[in-house]
Amino acid sequence: MIKELYKIFRENNYATVGVGIYIFFIIIAIFADLIATNDPLRINFSSSGLARNLPPSLEYFLGTTSNGRDIFSQLIYGSRNALAVGLSAALAVAILGTIVGLISGFYGGWIDNLIMRLADIALGLPFLPFVIVLAAFLGPSSWNVVIAIGLLLWPNAGRIIRSQVLTLRERGYIESAKVSGCSNFRIIFMHIAPNILPLSFLYGSIAIGWAILTEASVSFLGFGPSDVISWGYMLQDAYSSQALSLKAYIWFIPPGICIVLMVVAGFFISRGYEEILFPKIKK
Amino acid sequence: MFDFWSIIRRFLYMIFVLWVVATIIFFMFRLMPGSPLTAFIGTTFTDEQHDLLVKRFGLDKSLFEQYTLFLFNTLKGDFGLSFTYNKPVIDMIVEALPNSIILTLFSLIIAYIFGVIAGAYLAWKRDTLIEGISIPIVLTTRSAPEFWLGMIALAFFSFQLDIFPSGGTSAAGVIYETTLSKLTSLHFYYHLILPSLVLALYLQGLPLLLMRSNMLEVMQEDFVTMSKMKGLSSWRIVIYHAARNALLPVATAFTLGVGFAFGGNVVIETVFSWPGLGRLLVFAVSSSDYPLAQGAFIFLTAILIIMNFLADLMYLFLDPRVSYKTKN
Repeated sequence: MIKELYKIFRENNYATVGVGIYIFFIIIAIFADLIATNDPLRINFSSSGLARNLPPSLEYFLGTTSNGRDIFSQLIYGSRNALAVGLSAALAVAILGTIVGLISGFYGGWIDNLIMRLADIALGLPFLPFVIVLAAFLGPSSWNVVIAIGLLLWPNAGRIIRSQVLTLRERGYIESAKVSGCSNFRIIFMHIAPNILPLSFLYGSIAIGWAILTEASVSFLGFGPSDVISWGYMLQDAYSSQALSLKAYIWFIPPGICIVLMVVAGFFISRGYEEILFPKIKK
Repeated sequence: MFDFWSIIRRFLYMIFVLWVVATIIFFMFRLMPGSPLTAFIGTTFTDEQHDLLVKRFGLDKSLFEQYTLFLFNTLKGDFGLSFTYNKPVIDMIVEALPNSIILTLFSLIIAYIFGVIAGAYLAWKRDTLIEGISIPIVLTTRSAPEFWLGMIALAFFSFQLDIFPSGGTSAAGVIYETTLSKLTSLHFYYHLILPSLVLALYLQGLPLLLMRSNMLEVMQEDFVTMSKMKGLSSWRIVIYHAARNALLPVATAFTLGVGFAFGGNVVIETVFSWPGLGRLLVFAVSSSDYPLAQGAFIFLTAILIIMNFLADLMYLFLDPRVSYKTKN
């Protein structure tokens, strides 16, 4: 099994690069306390007063913000938030989409109808505006993004999984499970679910990038929590503290690069994974 | 050719979805913690003034009464008064809407023209070095937060090189008297360049990848093989035979893209201080201006849903294989 996985990744450059980037950020997030040189929220002072807008130095690798905070340490700690938001959103989409797809496809009838109408409504909501309104409704927290992604992105996964379940439902082994007296619950989760798990994983991996991008946008617009360091928060801080007119590139370029790396890694993994799932595309 | 009634049915269904969304939004804003008037009422207000305001905005009525009134007024296009500006919400939306439409369409057109051409080209160059380099770059532009690209563009082109304005739709002190005078002013388009290019950079990935994969698919079809056997030049085959067929899904994506871009414009408009619908929504939500936020959100949703509906119809007209006709 592991050997097989290894072979797949060796043959698939996209997925390998993507997984490599994730491993890199996971290591940074785990050892953030050791890597960071400073408390990311502490206001630093130098001999001549507030250590604001300092250029990169040995003490502050990427310089300081206009409030005297260490940019490098903020960048390091930001990886924790991004990973937490990205992975929990992926989990939310995968779980919701799978359960909804299974139930909708297996039972059919009015349940299916109701769920698919709900899906239409979820897809009819403009994504980012909805997250903003939700953030205002629930108060600033990174979890808003996870909730919103779960609420709005399940239909994509749910619809595909549903159509897969529709074909699986007609197979002989499901029929024999029914005849031998298996409960619906058992048939759905023991016999059908394992066959659609690869699809759940695919839609989950797509959701990671979306979640990180959305979290950054929401923080940038000022609806994120103000006591949690995230890359979106750093960009918002830079934007509202005139970093642009100060040409403080070192302040706002690195967080963006981190976001891009993380999101592109998600794209790469789902792309490589898709090739494994549907080998026809590769040709 | 197609069933007239099924289109009507889809239309009614679209209205239904709009109604559900409007209802969700109404209750979300009403159930929010805190009084909706806190942002509006100054500390020096007397109790009488407070009661007067509550009455004026209809907040003394029951939730159900407020809801029916809200639905009725929304149908009439009346979204109430903005708490912060004390102006009719619909006027503010009508003022912001042209800015959003122009920004969106301008960027989408640039993005789709570029994306279609580059996508077709990359399909043609399959398995070459150019393709190997381009695809990761395209994926990267799609992964970059729009507002971050905007920040870099602003810092570099506006503050460093000083060749583009740093935001807004006009130079300081210049106020356009009418929408028409704004839309015919060169100044306006000068301000439009930077935000629309940044937005286009973000948007071009989808048409590019779509066009590329469609081309690859179409190139395998029999009629392309047929053209090759007829001895047509490969350029002619790409342009006249393959591209025409590959464009169909791209056209649908464009229609859908209008709706999606409107929602996503929220960040671009904020970075470039572009007075559009998205920025209006951000302002309204952050200052707890419920009527304004409600109105802006319903407008954004309506645009998205109507565009989804149009994309459906377009598919019907453009692709003869799709039919809404019921089978029997």
